[in-house]
Amino acid sequence: MQIPHEVTARPDTGLYNAKLGIWLFLASEVMLFGGLFSAYIFLRMGAEDGYWPHGLLNVPVGAANTVVLILSSVTVVLAWASLKMRKFSQYKLWMGISILCGALFLIVKLAYEWPQKFEHFGAFIKKDAIAKYEPYLGNAHLKEKKLAPRVEISGHLHEVEIDATAADKEKLDVFLKEHDLTSAPDAHDAKLQLVKGHHLTPGVVEHLEKVPGVKLIAFEVALDPVNADPTNPESDKPHFWYKGATEKIGKIQRQDVESWSAFAPKHSPYFAVYFTITGLHGLHVLAGVLIMLYFWLPIEGGANMFKRNPEHLANRVEVVGLFWHFVDLVWIFVFPIFYLL
Amino acid sequence: MSTAALTHAHDALAHDDHHYDPGFWRKWVFSTDHKMIGVQYGVTGLAFLMFGFCLMMVMRWQLAHPGEAVPYIGGLLRTLFGSSAFQSDAKGIPGVLTANGYNSFGAMHGTIMVFFGIVPVAFAAFGNFVVPLQIGAIDMTFPRINMASFWCFFISCIFMLVSFVVPGGAAKSGWTSYPPLSGIADLGPLNHVFMNGQTLWVTGMVFNITASLLGSVNFIATIIQLRAPGMTWMRLPFFVWAQFVTAFLLLLAFPPLEAAGVMQLMDRAFDTSFFMPTGLIVNGATTQWSGGGSPILWQHLFWFLAHPEVYVLILPGIGMVAEIIANNTRKPLYGYKAMVGAIFVLGFLSFVVWAHHMYMTGMGAKVSAFFQVTTVMISVPSVILVTALMLSLWGGSIRFTMPMLFATAFLPMFGIGGLTGIPLAFNAVDLYLHDTYYVIGHFHYVVAPGTIFAIFAGVYYWYPKATGRMLNEFLGRMHFWGSLIFINGIFFPMFLQGMAGVHRRWYDGGAAYEQIIKPVIHWNNFMSVSAFLLGLAQIPFIINFCWSIWYGRKASDNPWDSTTVEWDTPTPPPHGNFTKEITVYRGPYEYSVPGADKDFTPQTEAPKADKPHSPTPPAAAPAH
Repeated sequence: MQIPHEVTARPDTGLYNAKLGIWLFLASEVMLFGGLFSAYIFLRMGAEDGYWPHGLLNVPVGAANTVVLILSSVTVVLAWASLKMRKFSQYKLWMGISILCGALFLIVKLAYEWPQKFEHFGAFIKKDAIAKYEPYLGNAHLKEKKLAPRVEISGHLHEVEIDATAADKEKLDVFLKEHDLTSAPDAHDAKLQLVKGHHLTPGVVEHLEKVPGVKLIAFEVALDPVNADPTNPESDKPHFWYKGATEKIGKIQRQDVESWSAFAPKHSPYFAVYFTITGLHGLHVLAGVLIMLYFWLPIEGGANMFKRNPEHLANRVEVVGLFWHFVDLVWIFVFPIFYLL
Repeated sequence: MSTAALTHAHDALAHDDHHYDPGFWRKWVFSTDHKMIGVQYGVTGLAFLMFGFCLMMVMRWQLAHPGEAVPYIGGLLRTLFGSSAFQSDAKGIPGVLTANGYNSFGAMHGTIMVFFGIVPVAFAAFGNFVVPLQIGAIDMTFPRINMASFWCFFISCIFMLVSFVVPGGAAKSGWTSYPPLSGIADLGPLNHVFMNGQTLWVTGMVFNITASLLGSVNFIATIIQLRAPGMTWMRLPFFVWAQFVTAFLLLLAFPPLEAAGVMQLMDRAFDTSFFMPTGLIVNGATTQWSGGGSPILWQHLFWFLAHPEVYVLILPGIGMVAEIIANNTRKPLYGYKAMVGAIFVLGFLSFVVWAHHMYMTGMGAKVSAFFQVTTVMISVPSVILVTALMLSLWGGSIRFTMPMLFATAFLPMFGIGGLTGIPLAFNAVDLYLHDTYYVIGHFHYVVAPGTIFAIFAGVYYWYPKATGRMLNEFLGRMHFWGSLIFINGIFFPMFLQGMAGVHRRWYDGGAAYEQIIKPVIHWNNFMSVSAFLLGLAQIPFIINFCWSIWYGRKASDNPWDSTTVEWDTPTPPPHGNFTKEITVYRGPYEYSVPGADKDFTPQTEAPKADKPHSPTPPAAAPAH
């Protein structure tokens, strides 16, 4: 039993089945990402002044990834054209490049961009304590320039101050050892302890807080440039070139903090929607790479199909190409709204 | 086409069929045959309809007898659903539905009936089984995707069923799952981080949505690509049109809910704040969320699906009723073209009415006015459809067969459902009626004696094609009259209660507000008794359905003397559906054509050469 129009187009519609199928699927994908992008607009419009972060992402890296993805969209068309001209070795080359570009995009995203975020620390200051942190926030300067206020202090965790008098000492010691951390009594207040170490990420501190009896008192943070020098006019707008945390240490009392975390999804609606959309987009890139790999490898249903039915293989590549263009297009929206705006 | 070519094609098909033996697993379980997938969807969906109805019967017991143990099966219920849903009464008799259990059952009744009962049966089961046959296709365009669709659906069913037995019980935030309630529900030291009611609900829904996306792509592609030669657009049976528009609604309306489901999953599993407002306080304590989210965002995304979903529920039903009415009045549908136009307008408008579910959120007068206008507009195509079906009865020599009984009952029942919806379209009226039993009565009239009656009509109509045997007429009539009477006994008093102000989520049936609703509270007992009797009335159907598979009267290939192509196959149809090449020569409803030798002319019957005004034979490739 052979389903009609699997390879050749139906004359009145001008489409073979899979081509119609992928367009319909893409229509639903538009609505899926449309739902998420509407959530972005809705949340951003509803955000209070200053609560929608800017300039936290690495623009040059994102721009480079954009180029990689657009390039792969070109090569996948070249791969399809090669098949249409029945040039197999050219097909292998162009398809191979497309796969490598897709993989490169994912590696940059997963091995570089995301992990960097998970180590970064941010704390939203309570409204009644904002004045106390003026040296880090520079709100007077911003007000003068009629810019939105700053409500967050961010950087890399340097030390945290804890009250361990009521803590389960044994469990605390085990925890510190496990995470390669050291603790020493605070010079100013002997009741408090300073915890530090190379692996003091926000995630570790969250677990530290869960050790029975441990009370978090303060964070000491190597400040981001924007908090280290808040009145510098250069910080009024997001930077193009990414600048890491400075050497300058700032101290934030836990009781003055509304919420704190890594630059993880729970940090704010901004990162929530950023990680959800880029995560879902990443899954689409992964799916595209796997499917293209399937059509590239010398297997039944893949590149071996060239000998038996080259037109069918060309159709398959055309369909995955349409999908790949869509994935590319989503990124064209993602890049400006998260990195630039 | 020459005779030789026809014979050759016939041989090829028969040859194919002869060698088709995929083995037990590929034939009955992991089948790619659209008919088997349709049956799988149908049986699973009917089982879920029964299950969802049983949940409701337990709730109705609680509403009529608040705080009393469910008789006879109380102990069993407690064993099945655990002590969070059922407790013992003062005398120690087990089986009192707790408030927690009531909320769970209510939320799951809605979810199961809509997403696991009616859509799988009305859209997926009938669509899968009937649509390819009606357009003369050998299968769906993508048989393997079709199989994937069913198994995605099956996984979602497992998620929903498992959620009843995890600690804390199934989801309990209503079928709408409004945050922040749904964001904080089932989270806590006693609940597993993943195996808790609400998280399983969201995960199950993501699978369910994926299944319906795969299905709808397949339906649309099949209808566009695999129509038999001569099956032009305006020769499609109305049921195919209904499925076509329904598939588009599912395709485009469901993804935003999938996005919302993913966001709710993020809120629950990764502590994000998509739907968590700033400064949320639960049980007197500030919460872990950063805030900055919006519960209203969920409502927008949810209703962007859930309003088109209403039409997903009703359109396949209208399609089935149209087929059955044309067949049993022995005359063409009145206004076929107007109906096709109306169904497209309906489909389009259903995307721009969603916020009429949200008048209570204080969107402001301008936004409310917009949605009020679109909502009133959408009643126009709905009325065109119902009026056309009513007028189709006029002057027909009606045969009251089993399918026709249900189809005729559908018309006034759906009419009541539709007309009672009009007041709800108006902002000012809705503010009073919102969340009362009036709303419950309104949409149940549309879906229960509406769509479910259409489903029953469809089951009685196409059962012979699927099994080769007729359903028993006597049991069928018992089923019909019992259902018709008792279903009205449940839903009509809801209007009276709702107008008196009875709220839909009162766990004790309003006992705590007795002073306010005294004139209508006695209806609780009447409605609950009706519900139990409606349950009894389904027993003849269940017996009939199972018994007739083996012992029913044998059906011929075309037992209803129908014109459409699905009856032009052997009964039951073999793999590949047709034993001859299908070519379509005429429209779908050529009943009682003057001068024809019988009162129906099948779509595949070639025009007689000697007739002067015969339709032109199709070209080799279909037109359009």
